[in-house]
Amino acid sequence: MSVRLNQGRGQQWAMTVVVAALIVLLSILPMLRLIQEIFAPGGTLSTAAISAGLTNATTWVATGNTLVVGFFGTALAVVLGTSVALLVTLTDVRGRSAFVLCYVMPLMIAPQVTALAWLQLFGPASPLLKLLGIAPPLGSRNPLYSPEGIILLLGVQYGPLVFLLVRAGLRKLPRELVEAARASGAGWFTVLRTIVLPLMTPSIVAAAALAFVSCVGNFGIPAFLGIPANYLVLPTLIYQRLAGGGPAVLGDAAFLSVLIGLIAMAGILAQEMMSRRRDYRISSTSLPAEPYELGKWRVPVQVMMWCLIVLILFLPLLGLVLSSLVPGYGIPLNAATATLDNYRFVLFEYGAARRAFLNSFALSLSAAAFAVLVAIPIAYLVAWSGKKWVKYLNLAVELPYALPGVVLAIASLLMFLKPIPFTGVQLYNTIWIILYAYLARFLVLALRPTIAGYHQIDRALEEAARVAGASLFTRMRTIIFPLVAPAALAGGLLIFMTALSELTVSALLWSSGSETIGVLMFSFEQGGDSNYASAISAITVAITFVLMLLANLLAAHLPSGVLPWRD
Amino acid sequence: MAGLTINGVTKTFGDFDAVKDVSIEVKDGEFLAVLGPSGCGKTTLLRLVAGFENVTSGDIRIGNEIVSTAQGCVPPEKRRVGIVFQNYALWPHMTVAENIGYSLKVAKVDAETRKRRVDDAMALVDLKGFGDRRPANLSGGQRQRVALARCLVAAPSLVLFDEPLANLDVHLRASMEDEFAAFHKRTGTTIVYITHDQAEAMALADRIAVMDNGRLAQLAAPRELYREPANEMVASFISEGMVIPAQVLSPAESGHLKVSVLGQEVVVRCRDGEKPRHEAKVCCRAPDISAAAPGEPGIDGTIRRAVHKGGVARIEFAPDADPTVTLHFEQPDPSPFEAGAKARVRIASGWLIPGGASA
Repeated sequence: MSVRLNQGRGQQWAMTVVVAALIVLLSILPMLRLIQEIFAPGGTLSTAAISAGLTNATTWVATGNTLVVGFFGTALAVVLGTSVALLVTLTDVRGRSAFVLCYVMPLMIAPQVTALAWLQLFGPASPLLKLLGIAPPLGSRNPLYSPEGIILLLGVQYGPLVFLLVRAGLRKLPRELVEAARASGAGWFTVLRTIVLPLMTPSIVAAAALAFVSCVGNFGIPAFLGIPANYLVLPTLIYQRLAGGGPAVLGDAAFLSVLIGLIAMAGILAQEMMSRRRDYRISSTSLPAEPYELGKWRVPVQVMMWCLIVLILFLPLLGLVLSSLVPGYGIPLNAATATLDNYRFVLFEYGAARRAFLNSFALSLSAAAFAVLVAIPIAYLVAWSGKKWVKYLNLAVELPYALPGVVLAIASLLMFLKPIPFTGVQLYNTIWIILYAYLARFLVLALRPTIAGYHQIDRALEEAARVAGASLFTRMRTIIFPLVAPAALAGGLLIFMTALSELTVSALLWSSGSETIGVLMFSFEQGGDSNYASAISAITVAITFVLMLLANLLAAHLPSGVLPWRD
Repeated sequence: MAGLTINGVTKTFGDFDAVKDVSIEVKDGEFLAVLGPSGCGKTTLLRLVAGFENVTSGDIRIGNEIVSTAQGCVPPEKRRVGIVFQNYALWPHMTVAENIGYSLKVAKVDAETRKRRVDDAMALVDLKGFGDRRPANLSGGQRQRVALARCLVAAPSLVLFDEPLANLDVHLRASMEDEFAAFHKRTGTTIVYITHDQAEAMALADRIAVMDNGRLAQLAAPRELYREPANEMVASFISEGMVIPAQVLSPAESGHLKVSVLGQEVVVRCRDGEKPRHEAKVCCRAPDISAAAPGEPGIDGTIRRAVHKGGVARIEFAPDADPTVTLHFEQPDPSPFEAGAKARVRIASGWLIPGGASA
């Protein structure tokens, strides 16, 4: 009677297969390749790589250092981020959205730019300290070249990350729980201690775990602050080994990157466990609690909060801009010496710099565009297909971003060191290997907002198009894409911002001709040309600002939380 | 246009049967309402017919074509069914005309024909001149009409309504009900209308399928559903029917028989072939009950509650013979009944609910 049963499944199949193939290529293959290198270098099972790594003393020193800066950096980030979240969410301080924008800003700035800015602020050549006449004598050591410096900057960089997660948790805290406690006679501090903080423990622990993963994986800060002090952590150790030994030491580097991958994995698992527990006691959803009136303390608290912003954002950025205006190292800045020569040099004169800008723009743009296009079908499967295996698909996409960037970089090197089988195409030593790593690493940044976008759309909109006779691809084009586009594009913008001054991955993958802005900054700084590095950093910060403003235009069409700096 | 045959359909999610062995035959051009409390499986049934879910067993046919079997199903986009969604599901990024013309565009109908058919559809639902508006700028009733025009324009063989009035306010509902009735009359389309509102179902449908816990409880015309419920669920669900324990005293004779209810002997309607039995159940409606005149046979008991409702009072009455039963009826003002007072009522008529599995 009928021959049409099961017709029209072809497109669904095609989409699923393409999506699955992409994810295998971008997420699963590199990880498998890395593991293979450890256990079976060259194809035969062997524990040589592992035992060589384990017996090397520098491995253990760097591991110890990694854990030290990881733990203390996390502790600082948790103290800062949680206190700010409590003040901003639970009290009646004014000017909240401006404050949140400024406080979250460091998260949008590349770590090595943060590092450079702080170095310019405190060093003996600091134009600002010189202006004030309190600069240490030239030749003295910058106090930030130390583990303490690294810890301080990690805390500043990832405090906002903790802030965002704890704030999200606090927003879900039902007001009744706070009000019931106050009705029972508890004062504000008692409520905080006995109700709010215990209920927020899962949020705070999850945030701490995420901050830990970010701290141990960070490359930019320990590279700028630790290498001059010869204080190496695992990511910088890997960088130094590769820079010195080239592909010959890849096996060695693979072992170290798996080691740091395992440390990070512990953090990721802790965070997974905690986020799953987050909701178990707080079942009802209701309005957030009335803000606590600070009364006469309000003004002092606000002043303190803005002092924090001045200290962690304005002063370093000022230091950065000032040293980008100085003609050379150690020259004091005044009306006579101030110059735009550094900008002219990096923008127009130095060939490698122009190439780096072009490369980074092209890479970021391609990565963003690709991620937006791919995120829409992947998010469709994740959000709407309702199949269980899709959960693992999502997890696989998260992995290259969750794990430290060096892990992915080493895995990419291993994959593409030799020409791709059957085609003979060589990606190693070209810009394409960086593009591959960016695609793999940043895809999740577009995927998350897109999934959130899908959750906001009533699925009946798609079903209505289905009964109107539209096939999957037609629905994607005419109904789904227009509806989730704002969220996906916002994700694309986030990728563009992150990738533009990215350093961790490109530091390991670049070759002559495929320099990126991050690599350029790093080599200027290592060569002692801080002024050029500052000029480039100032430019990238300005671009980031403009992009944030641009993204704000989309804000009305976005699920909340997509733009982290929007309150 | 086409009829719809649902044949022994079961849909299982995990170990939960959302729809259990349901068979319904909808005739070409018929207006069938599917009525039931929330969670009874009516929405799942609609999604099975539309093709969004596939059956676990059984089959579904539209016209002569099998569209769903356990082996596979025709996807929704190939079924030529129209759906009016509960929340309208109008695409916010398209104008009214684009919304309505979407299915024609997908089917690659040329622009001129498309415009004509969209205009016709808009005229039919009284939306002339609204073509360039966005759905966001329309009222609830207008959105509903756009949704109606959108499914109309493709000339579907079958139109499914998914609680289309649930989001409208009360006075708008009545006028939309009229509109749906007119729509059905004008187009002669086969309609399956999902609702939890029995007044709506009674007013619109040729027949009503009452669903309960995934099963089809009864499929009948509205009047029959009210007068001759097939089981206790339907009896109590429709118009707040009272289900009262009774004893059948005599065999059925031309559709009636004698029962003893709460000590009173009453002649009630029944199916043919009923025989005397114990533990039977009788369904009474409020109009079947009234205050007993002095000396008349009746049921003694206590007034539990008397609620004035303007012009009439709703009286709830607990008979002495079985205080777990509550009878309710309406008493025109001025009502002599006070809560807590003793009273005597009589049952004039009723329906003997068929016994056992005869539902």
